[in-house]
Amino acid sequence: MKALSISNLKKEYAGGLQALKGIDLDVEQGDFFALLGPNGAGKSTTIGIISSLVTKTSGQVKILDIDIDENHSLAKKKLGVVGQEVNFNQFEKVGDIIRNQAGYYGLSFKEARDNAKHYMRKLDIWDKRDEQARKLSGGMKRRVMVAKALVNNPDLLILDEPTAGVDIELRRSLWDFLTEINNNGTTIILTTHYLEEAERLCRNIAIIDSGEIVENTSMQELLTRLEVETFVFDLSKPISSLPKSLDFEMVLENPQKLKVTVGKGQGLNSVFQILSSSGIEISSMRNETGRLEELFLGLVDSVLTEDKE
Amino acid sequence: MTPLEQYRALLTILYKEIHRFMRIWTQTLIPPAIMIMLYFVIFGTLIGKRIGQMGGFDYMQFMIPGLIMMSVISNSYSNVVSSFFGQKFARSIEELLITPLPHYLILLGWVLGGVARGLLVGAIVTFVSLWFYDLSVVNWTLSIFVVISTSVLFSLGGFLNALFAESFDDISIVPTFIMQPLIYLGGVFYSIQLLPTFWQTVSLANPILYMINAFRYSILGSSDLESLGFSINSALFMIVGFIILLTAICLWSLDKGRGIRS
Repeated sequence: MKALSISNLKKEYAGGLQALKGIDLDVEQGDFFALLGPNGAGKSTTIGIISSLVTKTSGQVKILDIDIDENHSLAKKKLGVVGQEVNFNQFEKVGDIIRNQAGYYGLSFKEARDNAKHYMRKLDIWDKRDEQARKLSGGMKRRVMVAKALVNNPDLLILDEPTAGVDIELRRSLWDFLTEINNNGTTIILTTHYLEEAERLCRNIAIIDSGEIVENTSMQELLTRLEVETFVFDLSKPISSLPKSLDFEMVLENPQKLKVTVGKGQGLNSVFQILSSSGIEISSMRNETGRLEELFLGLVDSVLTEDKE
Repeated sequence: MTPLEQYRALLTILYKEIHRFMRIWTQTLIPPAIMIMLYFVIFGTLIGKRIGQMGGFDYMQFMIPGLIMMSVISNSYSNVVSSFFGQKFARSIEELLITPLPHYLILLGWVLGGVARGLLVGAIVTFVSLWFYDLSVVNWTLSIFVVISTSVLFSLGGFLNALFAESFDDISIVPTFIMQPLIYLGGVFYSIQLLPTFWQTVSLANPILYMINAFRYSILGSSDLESLGFSINSALFMIVGFIILLTAICLWSLDKGRGIRS
């Protein structure tokens, strides 16, 4: 069964802007799925249509095989959404916000209270339950939004840039939490501008640009398409000239930083051998940019170039 | 959603709405009480004694049903318009739109919230008026029906205003430029028999006149309506007719996503 199935979805706003040009998208149950794209590509419009915040022009959306037009109520019961912006009454107490959300789904008072307590504890906001939401930091408000989206125990959770503007510690704790609930069976669809996040968490990926899906595949398959990767080596001791190599393109950024471009099929062992034989000691090594970032820019740039042509 | 789930969801909206206006009681409950007390002191006690009889009653006695209705109308309307538009403005309306809640439950929840505040303020005003005048009610059933149905009607009006409003200016235009003149010219403070025939006829186009007079009839046993050739039933049919009309417009607008979906 598909957790989400979208076919020929179109959205044209008043004024003629075509935000979605007939997209098709399937997300398997249990998947951790990334929906990526530049600003204005159509990600939030797609999420808006799935969650009934935006009216579609045409097309079909099914949540767990339930058509949102035919059985709106049942389809919505399966869904939890974390929006991009804070969208709760900030004058209310944190505990009330989350319990009330459970109430809107028709949960009993006891279920609402227990679920709210469970997710507040999980997301480390239990101590804030009696505080007015407006007094919380940005990161804490994000946690409230996640708890609110999960309080009805949805089968499909959609997160629209959940870690935008939050610190590294919170981002990592949210990653761990999302991985845990995904392992417990919740299907997750994530949009993010942090491609490292998508690469780390998601198994499948779709890239949307100018209202069209330009790529829809597994993360692993996409990453194997990477033709070259650039590694940055921090050196223990400064060097003045580059080691001799015909196989690898090398650039000395500064006396203690060396950049090496490695092609598809070339092993890193050869690089280490060359550096070692030249008496160069390495203190650390990293990718210059995320692998997904390089592919993403390539895909989006190619679409932009085609558009211009 | 099952009927039980719908009932729980409705209670949640209602709880949230009541909790909202009780949390800010100094803005929602105290000002109407003070305003009405001033009306009683100035128009009832000081000026009222010089006016003498109005519509066959002491002026204070004549004024009380009108003031109760004025409070119920304005508080029912303002509760819904400010609460729903506030949710739209802060985007917290999205909390509801992403849930399985049917539109009629959203409407019903807000209307019941408006009625709760309208009736609570009406009760406070009634209590204050008892301090000034020993009031008795001729027809309890009719008075309860009129006050609740009028509160429902203006809660629906507030909801519709909030749906179509795009700025805070938009939610003050209708109360200031339409409702307030209609309330003041609807016979709260005077009997329309005092007016020249032409203005009596013009006043008949004011729907609030019928509501205030129907309520006055239920309290005092007499109002302007009979003397103008209208039965109380015609006023009740009009209120119910408006409720049906506004409910239909609100539900149609919600289904079309007017003002809440892009």
